[in-house]
Parts: sequence; structure tokens; C-alpha cells
Amino acid sequence: MSRRIGILEGLTIVAAVLMVINLYMGLIYAPDPVNLQTEVTRKAQHIFYYHMGMNIMALLGLGTNFVASVVYLITRRRIWDVVARSAAEIGVIFGTAVLITGSLWARPTWNTWWTWDPRLTTATITVLLYVAYLMLRNAVEDPNRRARFAAVYGAFAFVSVPITFMSIRWWRTIHPTVFGGQSSGAQGEFALGPSIRQALFFSMFTFAVVFVVFLAARVRLALAEERVAELREAVLVRLSRGAEVDPVQQQGGA
Amino acid sequence: MRFLRAVWAIFWKDVRAEFRTKDIFTGMFIFALLAVLIFNFAFELRVENVRQVLPGVIWVAIVFAGMLGLNRSFILELDRGSLEGLLLAPVDRAAIYFGKMLGNLVFMLAVEIVLLPITVVLFNVNVLQPAILLVVFLGTFGFAIVGTVFAAMAVNTRAREVLLPVLLLPVMVPILIAAVKASGNLLNGSTLAEEMGWLRLMGVFDVVFLAVAYMTFDYVLEE
Repeated sequence: MSRRIGILEGLTIVAAVLMVINLYMGLIYAPDPVNLQTEVTRKAQHIFYYHMGMNIMALLGLGTNFVASVVYLITRRRIWDVVARSAAEIGVIFGTAVLITGSLWARPTWNTWWTWDPRLTTATITVLLYVAYLMLRNAVEDPNRRARFAAVYGAFAFVSVPITFMSIRWWRTIHPTVFGGQSSGAQGEFALGPSIRQALFFSMFTFAVVFVVFLAARVRLALAEERVAELREAVLVRLSRGAEVDPVQQQGGA
Repeated sequence: MRFLRAVWAIFWKDVRAEFRTKDIFTGMFIFALLAVLIFNFAFELRVENVRQVLPGVIWVAIVFAGMLGLNRSFILELDRGSLEGLLLAPVDRAAIYFGKMLGNLVFMLAVEIVLLPITVVLFNVNVLQPAILLVVFLGTFGFAIVGTVFAAMAVNTRAREVLLPVLLLPVMVPILIAAVKASGNLLNGSTLAEEMGWLRLMGVFDVVFLAVAYMTFDYVLEE
């Protein structure tokens, strides 16, 4: 027990150090992209390193949720339900952060906080899918049924994301495509130079480590919550039994 | 064969029960009609823009009306205690799914068969083209496939019917986009061949989710 906590704590320190380096890499080491027109858009572009990093975290969360859901349905081991739930929570929080950082960048670059660009729309729908997932969990009291329903919904949600993405791809997009794909005419697009690339991959790696730390910590917390609930129940049972027994004993004594 | 007979028996049970009360059909149909009328007031669907807006109006009406029907299909079973009876029946759980899903599909199609001619009269736009009907069928099929699974889950939660739209709408987005886009284009004179991309997308959606539903429905009704 104490050994596992040691690993988690060590990894937490590693993640914190990586994140400090990551801030340096994204904000200082990476140069301003030269092709962007104004000073503001060149500076705003630096948010991209964290936008992309948190995007990786959100995607890992959703992927983990799907794998854990399927494994739960096959093995029926509670731990996988806990993992699925924890991963979905991370996915929702960092998916929302991706939308917010994207908005902050879009304001100077696209001159608007929000546009109904397909990719933005897909990201929003995906976050809402997993909000619905968490709402479904909250609405079921029986733990086994909750785990089953959640796993089934998790499977549907995950499968729907690529189809949703395909459906919106056929709409015109102004979102820059950084990896592969043609998006000529995308506003705010920038070329990936070597140091930009290094900063980007470092950021993605850092956020992936942060994801592992968050997931492990959340799972540990959830298991502790369950343990506390079990203990509380046991104490209550013992107390109520005690209350029944006591008067009898007192009568016997008198 | 045995499987198909079980599917048919469950489907026919729902249809016959519906023929006696007509609760689901009437509720869904009147709701859909009211939705179309409300949109008419809200957007002032005049002749110039009606072609652009009408597919969206029809699809929102169909989706919301469909949600009413989906909720009823399992709440009725639950309230009468007949769901246990279904579960005790010596048939594959998948047969229950397919029977229920076909029932929901047919109720929705029945509503559409009445609703679409009325929109033709109200808005003077001919939506009764074979290509558009194909789009409507593929979309409705996808809706019934996913909706039946989610309805079976939603009625077994504390929130019951409140939860179904929250679960269903985000998953239905591809169908909505494809159906609205394709029928809008078809109304503006494009051909079925030009809209094959959207139709294929709906076909993929239907096949993929039918497979997912088939694999997971056992877990929903297990206990």
C-alpha cells in the first residue's frame, strides 16, 4: 500500500517539474510564428502548446473511459468502473479547458470568441456526451446497475465521436489543421518549425504524464471514498445493533 | 427462426397494445404538429426562406416527438410490471431489443407518414420525394436503434424520462446533421447521387450502432 503511494507521489513531483519546463518551452523557448500578421496573434499562438496538451489529456481520458468500460463489461471488476468514472471526469474537465483556451486564442485570431466551426462543435458535443455520462451515473443508485449502464453509455459515446467528426468534416472549416490534412485558407494557421515542434511534443508528453498522475490520484480517492462508505455503514449497523441490545442488557442487570 | 418469431411476438404485442389505446401515436403526432406550428410562429416561415429552414423544423419535431414515444415504450412496461414478464420469457434478450426497436421505429414512421403531407400543405414545399423519404427512413431508423437502448436505461434511473434527451441528443448529432443537410439539398434540387455521402454516413451510423446495441443490450436488461 505505502509503496504504491510512493510511486504516485514520485510521479506527481516529476509531473510538476515537467510542467515548469513545459511553461518555459511553450512561452519562451518556442519562437513566435513569423507568418502571423499581428503582434497579438503571434503572442496568442503560444496558448496553442497548452491547448494541444490539454486536448491530449481530454482524449486520453475519453479513450481510457472506453477501454475501462469495455473491460468492466467483460470482467465485471469494480475497479474498472472506478477507472472509467475517473477518466470521464478528467476528460470533461480538460475538454472544457480545451474549449476555453481555444476561445481565448480565437478572440484575437478569428476576431470572435466562438464560431460554429465544425471542430469546435464536435469538441463541445463530445464534452456534453461525457457530461451526460456523468449525469447518468448520478441518476442510478444501485452500484452494479450504475456501472453497467455507464459502461454501455460509454461505449455508445466513444463510438459516436468519430462519426460525429466525419459528419462535421463535410462542412467548411476555418480551424487550422496542424497535423496532415489540407486546410488552405484556415485563419491563424502556422508552420511547424523545429523548435515549435519540440515545444509541442514536449507539452503533449507533459500533459500525458499529468493525466496518469490525475487518473491514479482520482482512482485512489474513489477507492478511499468507497472504503469510507463501507466503514460508515458497518459502524451504523453496529451502533443500531448496540441500541437494540443495550436496553435488554440494562433490564437484565436490573 | 425461433429468434425472429420472438422478435415478431414482442413487436406485435406493442403494436396491438397501441391499437387499443392509441396513446403513443396520438401524443407523438399532436406534439410533432404543435412543434411545427410553434416553429412557424417563432421563425415566420415565409416562402423565401422556408426551403432552408423546413428540414430542420421537421427533424426537430420528429426527434422531440420520437423521444416521447421512446419514453412511453419502456415506462408502460415498467409501470405495469410487464418488463419482468418479458425478461422471464425464454427468449434471447436481443429479441426483446429488436422487438422493442421495431415497435418504436414503426410508431415514429407512422407519425411521419401523417406529418409530412401536412407540412406539404402548410408550407407548400414538396417534401414527399422518394429521395427525401429515404433520408427520413435512414434517420428514423438510427434514432430508433440508439433511442431504444437509452430509453431502457433512462427509465431505470432516478430521473427517468428527464434523462433520455440528455443521453440521446449528443449521440444523434451525426444523424441530425446528415438528415437536415441531405433533405435541404434535395429540396434545393440536388439529386440522390449527389447526396450519397450523407446517405452513406447515415447507413454507417445505423449499422455501427445496431451492432453496438446488439452487443450491449444484454447488460442493460440484466438483473
